[in-house]
Amino acid sequence: MNPLAALPVALNSLRVNALRSLLAMLGVVIGVGSVIVMVSISEGAKQAVEQQIASLGANLLVVRPGSSAFGGRRGGAGTATLLTDADVDAIRNEVANVAAASGEIGSSAAMVAGGTNWTTRIQGVNEDFFRVRDWRLERGRLFTAEEFRAGARVAVIGTTVAEQLFGVSDPVGQVVRIGNVPVEVIGVLQSKGQSAFGTDQDDVAFMPATTARSRVIGFTFNQRDPVFAIYVELAGGANPAHVQADIEELLRIRRNVLPGAEDNFNVRDMAEFIRARNETAAQLGLLLAATAAISLIVGGIGIMNIMLVSVTERTREIGLRLAVGARRRNIRDQFLIESVTLCVTGGLIGLLAGVAGTMVVEAMGQFPVAIHPMVAGLAIGSAAFVGIFFGFYPAHRASRLDPIEALRFE
Amino acid sequence: MNTATPARRRGKAAPAVSAGPFIQCRNLTRTYKMGDTEVKALRGVTLDIREGDYVAVMGASGSGKSTFMNLLGALDRPTSGELVIGGERLSGLSADALAAFRSRMVGFVFQQFNLLPRTSALDNAALPLVYAGVPAVERKRRAEARLQQVGLGDRMDHQPSQLSGGQQQRVAIARALVNDPRILLADEPTGALDTRTSAEIMAIFDRLNADGITIILVTHEPDVAEHARRKLTFRDGVIVEDRT
Repeated sequence: MNPLAALPVALNSLRVNALRSLLAMLGVVIGVGSVIVMVSISEGAKQAVEQQIASLGANLLVVRPGSSAFGGRRGGAGTATLLTDADVDAIRNEVANVAAASGEIGSSAAMVAGGTNWTTRIQGVNEDFFRVRDWRLERGRLFTAEEFRAGARVAVIGTTVAEQLFGVSDPVGQVVRIGNVPVEVIGVLQSKGQSAFGTDQDDVAFMPATTARSRVIGFTFNQRDPVFAIYVELAGGANPAHVQADIEELLRIRRNVLPGAEDNFNVRDMAEFIRARNETAAQLGLLLAATAAISLIVGGIGIMNIMLVSVTERTREIGLRLAVGARRRNIRDQFLIESVTLCVTGGLIGLLAGVAGTMVVEAMGQFPVAIHPMVAGLAIGSAAFVGIFFGFYPAHRASRLDPIEALRFE
Repeated sequence: MNTATPARRRGKAAPAVSAGPFIQCRNLTRTYKMGDTEVKALRGVTLDIREGDYVAVMGASGSGKSTFMNLLGALDRPTSGELVIGGERLSGLSADALAAFRSRMVGFVFQQFNLLPRTSALDNAALPLVYAGVPAVERKRRAEARLQQVGLGDRMDHQPSQLSGGQQQRVAIARALVNDPRILLADEPTGALDTRTSAEIMAIFDRLNADGITIILVTHEPDVAEHARRKLTFRDGVIVEDRT
């Protein structure tokens, strides 16, 4: 006898005891539903991290001066230890597998256009910066290497700045004043939205670092062409650790770090940094999913209970089936299929409940969520597993009944 | 499933052509252990039953007649002794082998009918075929034929709760017959029925026996026992009377 032949019997028995079946399923519904919500939250956290990494720019290393050396307190040479444009050029030219690199120096400043003004971050960068940090142009153009060298008074602005200063009109070709310096807006960048740290990445204006240093940033440095940080884009397929080591070696020489002394700068793989920072979120999601799995086990115990009741109630039926020629495994299969049907039905309801719950979480806006298509398989798979695991004992018990005793059972 | 059965001997001529005993019991005993005490339900039963015979089994409760019926129906195994039915030795068979034997050789009719609730007469009658591996279309055809035979052709879709006691017992008889068994075992088949309905059920049994099937029935009622050709009376685990 094909085990699936027991399916109509199982469905009939569930239908006959509809309310009881529903209550027995409830544990599985809740278990599967909460597993799905938690997995979706965990998945959402993971996707958010990947998005942040993508918006940061792919394959990005960030070089900053070491804080301990900031201000030169530990420097053997006794000099300030900001990085410089010369370091940028050295990294670009001397380190293998570097696709592009740009320094960055910034300050807050007011930009004035017509009758309105807006204070934003002015960042001095070079022509490589846009590709390194994955900024794309929406309108106009980026500045060139020649304009960088010449200290041209041009700016490429983010969408927030464009909106604040120009509203709906086209900023490209307009002139803004930063302090007393007139600067031409040559391009508007595509929006990047919020950063991993929650700030508005589009509230920014980029200028050649040369122009920014001489015209915008008021304070002076005891160093030529300083930058606060250097962003390095790796060539495709390059090993970040190798490039990082090469940059460290180069900078130790350039910055006169004695052998055995600590680096007075650090090189960070930003993708790793963000992953590590967000690992907790993903792990928390998994922990919650594990907790939800426990409720699935509790649900399974409910199933086992109801199946044991069902076996006892139907002892005579089992006896009859044995008398008319059922093998032990036919009886076992019948109750197993009933248990699996019960659980999988619960799993399907739980799937719907879980997806609905995930949508509620999304609507509340507390956590990023992502519903992976795989959760459907997870719901049905885990429900079927619960059905088999917790249904086995009652089914086995049913199959071991003595036909004579069972037929005589009152 | 049915390939192991020897050539069927059925039809009106059946009793005449049966050669050798169909059922052979040799010194059958059955002892139950209840805690430390042993209950000897059967203390040595030896008898033969021809194929096509019509046997009434009588005796007080606890006399061993139910135990005897359980052994004949392959629901139970003897503690000692030999039991051969239709050439097959039942003494050493496994639980599943006994199930297979029941499936092709034996039909059961119970006092309490034992129909599946909320299940149509047709599905009830077809139940043994499910376990015999018969395809669904064939199951329906055969169950329908058997329900016609017991006079329930117009009640096939009814559930047990919609049928009278007599009708329910007819469904149970149709179920017992659906596998074309060679033995019909009936345990107080009229015990839950009124006199008129009992007579109808017994008329069905008589007809079936006339068609060649071996019938063994347990009863308390002398007028039911009168239908049988042979009467066995049990007392204290042995046969005390065997009247033809």
